[in-house]
Amino acid sequence: MDVLYFVVQQMMYFSIPLLIVALGGLFSERSGVINIALEGTMVLGAFAGTFFINQMQGVLPGQPVLILAMLISVATGMLISLVHAYAAINMKADQTISGTAINIFAPAFVIFVARAIQGVQQVQFVNQFRIDSVPILGKIPVIGPMFFQNTYITTYIGVAILIVTWLVLYKTRFGLRLRACGEHPQAADSVGINVYKMRYAGVLISGALAGLGGLVFIIPISTNFNATVSGYGFLALAVLIFGQWKPWKIAGAALFFGLMKTISAVYSGIPFLVGLGISSNIYKMIPYIATLILLAFTGKNSQAPKAEGIPYDKGSR
Amino acid sequence: MKNLLKKEGTASFFSAAAAVVMGLIIGLVVLLIASPNKAFGGFALILSGGLSDMKNFGQVLYYATPIIMTGLSVAFANKTGLFNIGGAGQYMMGSFAAVYVGIEWTFLPPVLHCLVALLAAALAGAIWGLVPGLMKAYCNVNEVISCIMMNYIGLNLVNLLVRQTIFDSTRNQSYWPEESAELPKLGFDKIFVAGGTPSSVNAGIVIAVLAGILMYVIINRTKFGYELKACGLNREAARYAGINEKKSIVMSMIIAGALAGLGGALYYLSGAGTGIAITEELAAEGFNGIPVALLGMSNPIGAIFAGIFISYLKVGGQAMQSLGLAPQIIDIITSVIIYFAAFALFFKLLLAKITTSKQTTNANAEPALKKDEKGGTA
Repeated sequence: MDVLYFVVQQMMYFSIPLLIVALGGLFSERSGVINIALEGTMVLGAFAGTFFINQMQGVLPGQPVLILAMLISVATGMLISLVHAYAAINMKADQTISGTAINIFAPAFVIFVARAIQGVQQVQFVNQFRIDSVPILGKIPVIGPMFFQNTYITTYIGVAILIVTWLVLYKTRFGLRLRACGEHPQAADSVGINVYKMRYAGVLISGALAGLGGLVFIIPISTNFNATVSGYGFLALAVLIFGQWKPWKIAGAALFFGLMKTISAVYSGIPFLVGLGISSNIYKMIPYIATLILLAFTGKNSQAPKAEGIPYDKGSR
Repeated sequence: MKNLLKKEGTASFFSAAAAVVMGLIIGLVVLLIASPNKAFGGFALILSGGLSDMKNFGQVLYYATPIIMTGLSVAFANKTGLFNIGGAGQYMMGSFAAVYVGIEWTFLPPVLHCLVALLAAALAGAIWGLVPGLMKAYCNVNEVISCIMMNYIGLNLVNLLVRQTIFDSTRNQSYWPEESAELPKLGFDKIFVAGGTPSSVNAGIVIAVLAGILMYVIINRTKFGYELKACGLNREAARYAGINEKKSIVMSMIIAGALAGLGGALYYLSGAGTGIAITEELAAEGFNGIPVALLGMSNPIGAIFAGIFISYLKVGGQAMQSLGLAPQIIDIITSVIIYFAAFALFFKLLLAKITTSKQTTNANAEPALKKDEKGGTA
């Protein structure tokens, strides 16, 4: 049982950031803008957040520092996504290219700034954010050790974001309009929806969540930030596709991918998996291979937003 | 002058040049903010470092070799309307194939050994390009997504294969290829020398340039190239004209993959003493093919020069480290260049507007442009 508890706890560390970032991607793609800059946005968000923690640690107590750091990561993510939104929406640029630019920019910029300020590129921080056991809930048998022990406040924020995302996309006027812009912007425009504004909103929300996801990814697994999120932004993109652009399916995909990541990271400590003798690299490959296979079967009637990646041109309505 | 400006190629050139200028300006601004007193000295080193002596110029050509290949890969796929962001995976698979053959197949005589290693790399890269090509042609899967997946599958597969076959645990990387598999120096080690130490440049750069010329000929002077371009411009029209557009897409990705795979071979067979490291990061050379192709305006000959230019900045960035400034400034400049290169369409429209402001030759373009601008500022 202890092994199971350990695996589930670890799985949350990997799944929650994937979930948050993939939901970010969802907002952008549902509005019609491809955001492959998720990776770079995560890097910048993680940097801003960890650097804030690095500076403020000791001044403020643990959880408030973490919450403020998350807000800063969100703001940073939104700032950089503004750059992407301007290219993708106003300049009608190739969205993949502008996203690639941000992905190359982010790690370079982060290393450059870190070295200019503190001499070394790693941003150190002390992890004082872990919650050993949530009061009351942590005592529940089975569920307690799985979800309410050795956890982080970020886990519950991730779950909250999932619920809010579903509510916003499917139960509000804003969500309906956003989705319309991703499916048929000309039709949306013809009934008076400002397509540019909705797309800006989609990209900004995706930037906010990706920036947050960067910090959420780093906090549980490390005590320093070294200018990388190990391809998690791209993995989140795979989660988004594997989840067929639907919030709850995305959550399922994030858990599955998180489990694979967990197995590849901790399998040497689990006798059963060591017995199987499968290399950790295989587990790391599975999410990508699974996504490719799913795409191969669903490509013909893809659930992807119809107008995704196509700049909206009012002139060609 | 007006006719010159109106030409498509000229417009592309100006937009690429504008992107470079923007990249350099923003690089300088970042330097000025980071360390005002060293900024201009550092910037001067970026601009001059690649030409400071013959060895450094040799290094420019050496670093240019793999990114010219990945740049050609991106540019070639782009001609068929495909964005090959899978260069990193194709490059790493090619690297592994070349290094594996270079280490294990020692029964081959020297020159043949090198050729077989190159072929193996091209084949491995081609397979990594084939998968997204097939998925695009027959399953309607966006090649950007499948290429990203293939990048990470390739990364983990190479880590796995290196560990199980040719792993040098003392260096935590693969062994180096045998001397018989190395690319010939062609006397470059006598020309590009400074203070007794030769540059690592070798026959690889010649192969890269020849590959660029070959791609130019294929695209512009053959029926096959014409079909590829036709598919890139309009898939439906190409099909209507009797072109097998599925075959064209697959072939285009195979060739793009082979080019990137070959790039990996040219880097690791250089005899510069490098093995394949176990890493969690995708090969930067793969992604750097994107700015090379964009700056080269997706023209193979342009990609050769763009590769040398990006590499020139890189060597300049290394020279700048002597001032204690981080060389990542080069990646910052490169990313800004890519970003503004993505605005090419806007620059072209702007240029078209300037040149046609008095004589409206393209009646259709004018009103559309005005509406664009209104929408853009709203």
